[in-house]
Formats: sequence, structure tokens, C-alpha cells
Amino acid sequence: MSGASMDSGPVTVTGPRAVASPVPARPVPVNRSRRAPQSRRPGSRVGYVVKSVLLWAFAMLFLLPFVWMLSSSLKRNLDVFAIPVRWIPSPVEWKNYVEVWTGGAVTMAVFFANSLTVSLIGVVGDLTTSAMAGYAFARLTFRGRDKVFLLYVATAIVPMQLLLIPRFMFFQQLGLYNTLWALILPGIFTVFGTFLVRQAFLAVPAELGEAARIDGAGEWRVFSRVYLPQIRPTLAALAIISFVGSWNDYEGPLIMLSDQNLYTVPLGLTRFVDADGGLSAGLAMAGSVSSVIPILIIFLVFQRQFVAALATSGLK
Amino acid sequence: MSAAVLPAPIGRRRRRGPGGASVTAGWLFILPNLLGFLAFTLVPLVSGIGISFTDWNVISGLSGIRFVGLDNFAGLVKDAEFWQAVGRTGLYAGVGVPLTMMGGLIIALCLNGPVFGRSALRVIFFIPHIVSSIAIGFVWLLLLHPSSGLVNLALKEIGAAQPPTWLVSQDWSLASLILITSWAGMGFHAVIYLSALQALPTDLYEAAELDGAGPWHRFTAITWPSLMPTTTFLAIMSMIGHSQGFGLIAFLTQGGPGDSSTTLSYLMYQNGFQYYRFGYAAAMGIMSFLGVLLLSAFFWRFQRGRGLYS
Repeated sequence: MSGASMDSGPVTVTGPRAVASPVPARPVPVNRSRRAPQSRRPGSRVGYVVKSVLLWAFAMLFLLPFVWMLSSSLKRNLDVFAIPVRWIPSPVEWKNYVEVWTGGAVTMAVFFANSLTVSLIGVVGDLTTSAMAGYAFARLTFRGRDKVFLLYVATAIVPMQLLLIPRFMFFQQLGLYNTLWALILPGIFTVFGTFLVRQAFLAVPAELGEAARIDGAGEWRVFSRVYLPQIRPTLAALAIISFVGSWNDYEGPLIMLSDQNLYTVPLGLTRFVDADGGLSAGLAMAGSVSSVIPILIIFLVFQRQFVAALATSGLK
Repeated sequence: MSAAVLPAPIGRRRRRGPGGASVTAGWLFILPNLLGFLAFTLVPLVSGIGISFTDWNVISGLSGIRFVGLDNFAGLVKDAEFWQAVGRTGLYAGVGVPLTMMGGLIIALCLNGPVFGRSALRVIFFIPHIVSSIAIGFVWLLLLHPSSGLVNLALKEIGAAQPPTWLVSQDWSLASLILITSWAGMGFHAVIYLSALQALPTDLYEAAELDGAGPWHRFTAITWPSLMPTTTFLAIMSMIGHSQGFGLIAFLTQGGPGDSSTTLSYLMYQNGFQYYRFGYAAAMGIMSFLGVLLLSAFFWRFQRGRGLYS
């Protein structure tokens, strides 16, 4: 079909630069250069140094707990509380990680597999259903659209605990209690994702779709070939937010799962507290560090999209 | 192949709406999400409201559902435990939300100007926001340990004879949770504030500078009013977050010691999933929902009529 090449025409010419980056990237340098005269004033050099030092000191409050976590994960239990704190562990105790990942009946490997299953299926599902619905809410016109959207909006501040009670009982009736489905299914259909995507599509000019339709493209094609590529950064951001959300969820698994073999990572971590409240610190820290790694990798790789999406979701 | 999924409409004029799109396509596009929304949000919400009018525990099965009218709500009104939890939630949010927002704003203001290692700082402040509440819980559980935790050792070092026992103290458990929650949320608030700051027009500042306005005056006259919509948004989001906060409380204190850190959301969990008093817990959920709704509406009204963009 000749439409394909024609579709891509307007996309590359008009679209991306205007809408692709929700965070206004340009005002920053402008801002800076306008302020440049300020920094040339006498004394502002000192201000820069003082501000930097104070901010970095404050930042240590945010960084050091995690450095301590990493360091403790490589220590023997006794050394975790040794005074003075030894930030570089010696001897380096890799055993904690070996124990957490392979020791005992149920290991971190099992929790990881469960969490990955739930999170990955959730992300793919959430992206699919949110993209389609968000597109329809933003760029298609049909009777009842605004009423349905209002219904979505109205549920946004319902307390999660209120929804969990009926969900718990539904899943029990359906025989899905204590299966990963009880976590996967609700994650596939999120109101938040629909909001986010709708907002992104609203920023894409409607003329783009009209042009493609005149060229004879069907609705699905207009959606998937013309509009979807325009909001790639938002989709990336939604993927991250959705993944982090379900990876870190604690209340859902706590309520829906009873079998340790199905535990997700956060729930699995709590196993390092034993029945009488005792704690093997080194193991707990090794488990905690392990739990952070996938998210940290994703965050560092996609930081820009992540922040961009947060900004758009917050400001309009 | 993909184009065949939704055939192009034949009766163009009749079936195309003002946007030029087909009418049935709209419904087909929202259908998958709508079905999930109905099954996992709307129907649970309506059933939750229904359950709040019943005296029902899950053990007795569906046949054990008994309609009790407003009994649960009447019970709540007289329940001292409930009102204490409401008070604690108010304190948790009332102190935690402004603390988090102020911290976030200060970080954002600093990061908006020239500062050493800006992008690294941005990531550092944000890390706690992406780490699970359980991992954060573990770190602070160990750092706040009354005798061997790093925090108290440091406090003793600088002369505090009897530092607080934090999470295991009736007086300090809620305060500890407020501090940890605010610490974890500041980076998120900073990111949102930062993007709002970077979107501000610079000409106002130039004009103000020409008029001789100092930094503080520029902040109160331009920055703060311009940030009003963002502040309102963050206040509402943060309030909802605090009123539903669960992970840290459940993991670190289980509402204790005693009931010193039992907030509304934790009391709801206890009643529902530990005592199986689903009707009572649902009634609590509705009360909490109404409270949050009322406060959000209040914030919203408050913001209108203020700020530069209003």
C-alpha cells in the first residue's frame, strides 16, 4: 500500500520536535545564558561554591544510606554494626549474595522470576491497553467518550484498600487467589497509564491523523503508524513507571499470595526477618541490594524519559 | 495486515465524528482498557460501597452476607480507635506533606541554578523514590536501631545522652515514619518542581531585576505564585499518598508499638485482612475517600484565584 510512505512523511517533518520531549528542554539553556550576567558579579563565585557544598552535604543524607546498604551487604553480620563504621568491608563477604540467591528452599531467584513475570506482562499489557484507550480518549470522537473519561477521572482518588477488599474476594471466587494472575490482571489496566498517554496524544496535532485518513489509512494504521511513534518518550516513561510500580508493590502480593513459591521480591525480602523479629543484617542488605538492581539499571538508562514523563504527568 | 483489523468505514459522512474518525473505532479502541477498568476498578468500587453496608466476613462465604444498613458507619462514628487513627493520619499527612514539599522545593531551587554536579545530584535525590519500601525499610530499621544503629551512635557522639528509640518508641514511631516517608518522597517532588521552574518565562525575572528586586523578593513575587498550580497538584498527590501509605508502616512498625503508628490505611488493612471485618473496613475506606475528596476540593478552590496563571 502506498499509504505507508505517505504516512511517514508528515511524521518526520512536522511532528517529533514539537511534541516529543514533554519537558521543555530548550528553556534551560536560555535560562542559564540570561542569568550569566549574574554569575559574573563579584562574589557569585563564592555563592556557587557555598551552594554546591551545602547541596552535596544534604545529598549525602540521600546517598549514604544506600552506600551503607551496599557496604553492609558484603559484611559478616557482626561487622555490620561494628564501630567505627568501616565503609569498605573487609573481609569482603560474597557469601551473603550466594546465600540469598541459592541458599534455603525458596531463594531470591524464585522471587525474581515471579516479580519479572508479573512486571513484564504488566508493562506490555499496560502499554497496549493504555495506548489504545488514551488515543481514543484524545483523538477519536464518539458518543459517550467524555462521560466514560469522567468515570475514569472520578476513580483516581479511591483508596487502594477499598478496591483490594472486593478484588480479594473476586479472585477467591474465581480461584485466582494465590496465583500470580491476581497481581498481573489489575496491572494490565491502569487509569494512570490511560491519563498519561491521553495527555501525550493531545499534544500531537489532529491534522496529522486527518492527513493520513485522506490518504486512505484505516483507523488502526493511523493509530499505530502515525500517532504512536509520536509519543515514544511517553511510552518509554510509562513502561518504566509501570515496571517500577509493580516491581515494588508490597500490599497487593501481601494480600493476594500465601504460597512462598509465588512471593514477589518485596514480599520475599521480608523473609529475612525471622519469627521473633531477629534479623540477619548482611542477608537482608544483600537481598535489598539485589532488589534494587533491575530498577537502577532501567532508571539510569532511561533517566531522561522517566523525568520527562513525570514532568508531563504533573503539570497539565 | 494491521489495517484489516478495523475496516475503513463505508458510510463516511454519517459515521465520522467531528475529528474525522470513525465512531465505532473509538469504542473498539477503549474496549480492552474499559473491560479491565470495569472488572478491577469500577465493579470493585461499587461492591466496596455495597460491602460497607453489610456485616460480612469472608469466611462465611457469599451466603453469609447480611445487610446492616448504616450500622458500620454508626459504629465508626463511635469508635475511638477509628478517630485516633484519623488523627494520626492527619498528623502523618499534616507534617509529612509540607515537609516533603518544602524539601523538594528547596532542592529544586538549588538544582535550577548553576551547581556542581547537577545531573548526579538529580539522580541521588531521586534514588529513594525508586527503591521498594521494604528495602528502604530494612536500611532504616538498621540505621535507626536504638542501641547499635548508626543514627543514635552519631547522636550520642554529638552529646545526646538519651537519643530517641525511634521505631520502637510509642512517642517516636509516627515521627520516624514521617521522616522516612518525607526523605523518600523529596526527590520526586524536586523533579516536578524543577520542571515547573524551568518552564517559567525569564522576562519577568529580568524586569524584576531591573526594578532592583532582590532574590527573596523575586521568589515571593514571581516564583512562588507561578508555582501555585504545581504546589496544588503536589499537595493533593502527596496527601493521597500519605492517606494510603501502607508499605513502610506495615513493614516497620505494624502500626505499633501499641497503636502509636496505626494510621487509617493500616487500620483498614487490619480490619479487613487480619480480623476479616470486611464491611467495617470498607466503611472506613469510604470515610477516608470522602475525607481526601473534601480536602482535594478545598486545595483546588484555594488555588483558583491565586497564582499568576489563574
